[in-house]
Amino acid sequence: MESRIQHIFLATGRMSACAGVLLLGLVLSAPSAAAPKPDELELEPLVVREPERREVKIDRIDNENFEIGVHGGLMSVQDFGSDIATSVRAAYHVTEGFFIEGQYGKTKLGETSFERLSGGASLLTDEQRKMRYYNVSVGYNLFPGESFIGRRWAFKGGLYLIGGVGSTDFAGDERFTINAGLGYRLVATDWLALHVTVRDHMFDSDLLGSKETYHNIEFTGGLSLFF
Amino acid sequence: MLRTPRTATIMAGLLAGLLVCAQASAVPNPFKKYKPDVVVSDPYIEMHTGPGRGYPIHYVAGQGDKVTLLKRKTDWFKVRLPRGSFETKEGWVHISQLQHTLDLDGNPLIVPKTGMEAFSSRRWELGLGGGSIEGAATINGYLAFNLNPYVGVQGEVAQILGEYSDGYMGSVSVFMRPFPRSRFSPFFNIGTGYIHIQPQTTIVQALDLNDEIVHAGLGADVYVSRKFMLRMEYRRHTVLTSRDDNEELNQWKAGFSIFF
Repeated sequence: MESRIQHIFLATGRMSACAGVLLLGLVLSAPSAAAPKPDELELEPLVVREPERREVKIDRIDNENFEIGVHGGLMSVQDFGSDIATSVRAAYHVTEGFFIEGQYGKTKLGETSFERLSGGASLLTDEQRKMRYYNVSVGYNLFPGESFIGRRWAFKGGLYLIGGVGSTDFAGDERFTINAGLGYRLVATDWLALHVTVRDHMFDSDLLGSKETYHNIEFTGGLSLFF
Repeated sequence: MLRTPRTATIMAGLLAGLLVCAQASAVPNPFKKYKPDVVVSDPYIEMHTGPGRGYPIHYVAGQGDKVTLLKRKTDWFKVRLPRGSFETKEGWVHISQLQHTLDLDGNPLIVPKTGMEAFSSRRWELGLGGGSIEGAATINGYLAFNLNPYVGVQGEVAQILGEYSDGYMGSVSVFMRPFPRSRFSPFFNIGTGYIHIQPQTTIVQALDLNDEIVHAGLGADVYVSRKFMLRMEYRRHTVLTSRDDNEELNQWKAGFSIFF
């Protein structure tokens, strides 16, 4: 830099001081405007090393609050005997105590005693004998803790109470259904659980004459995954 | 002479670009699970065998111990504590004990809001419940978005299960909450929607109905526990029928909601 300025001063030795100052100004400003000066380049590091930010983001930690499962067992429909019931259930664990669950299931209606005794008289069509039900329920983990099998094995699990509302497609009509029950969840690993549940699905119907409340007991075992 | 700084600039640019790319690809890898290390600053934290208060404490991590947060179930975090060169201990720690824990730079963890504070500043709500409309049972579900603690919008669907007729109802509403910071928080709302009613199979003469409805409602949210609340509501609907007279419907409902 200095040599350049000196050179310019020598070349313009005879010019007025005013012009010299003007040129000096030009020379000084021109390189910085056109391209970075070599000095500046050396000062500027190639990679800007910011201190590594290690802030812990709690929300990014893997969450395992959802549970999805399949259940199979028996449903005893009042007046219509028992048949195999299968259902899918999805739950969201809100706190360690509460969870909400949605269930969709189906079973088949058998024959009433009247149909069997009368021999041949059929109250319902085949399509009407298909019973489908769904519900939304809230559950509460009642006695969480460890269960022991023998001396060596300890499993996490506990009882839960569950109840809610839903709809049952019974004999061709949708019925408002209240369900209540009890379940046992055995948590085999962090992501796998086994269930045994008993639930009563209750609705009103006047299918067989007078209006009455039907109690339908569902007894199932199930397998669920946490994710 | 003049070429050198330019070449250097280009080289520097390329290098910086490469490094930025490398860094960008290293940080948000969706397949690698995020497992941060933290330092215990409480005298000790209790490690339970499972994610709940009922599971026994089987180990404690002391002050200054570095633990890895592996995963989370509700308010419980699974942590791994190195013991010696090869052995590790794993257990579940409640969120309340992590509030005094530090990140590796010594800053306290920013633990998400819990309890009543989260209730009064909730953003999203998802609710399910049951009720009755003019004697017919309903099953309701709604999703709400709160613009601020006082005002929100909500979309709702309901299945109607009557003795003589079934149907569906859908509506959108705007609601206001004058006391959002109260554990028992009342609200009122107005909205509009659509109702569809069809007779049950045993009844022959009734007609299908498809009508617009407008409503005004009054209710209350009750905080129960973290992320969980109860909602009760009364609504008065006006059915804008195609006949000369409009029809009034009374609806009662109750349910539970989760909020975020």
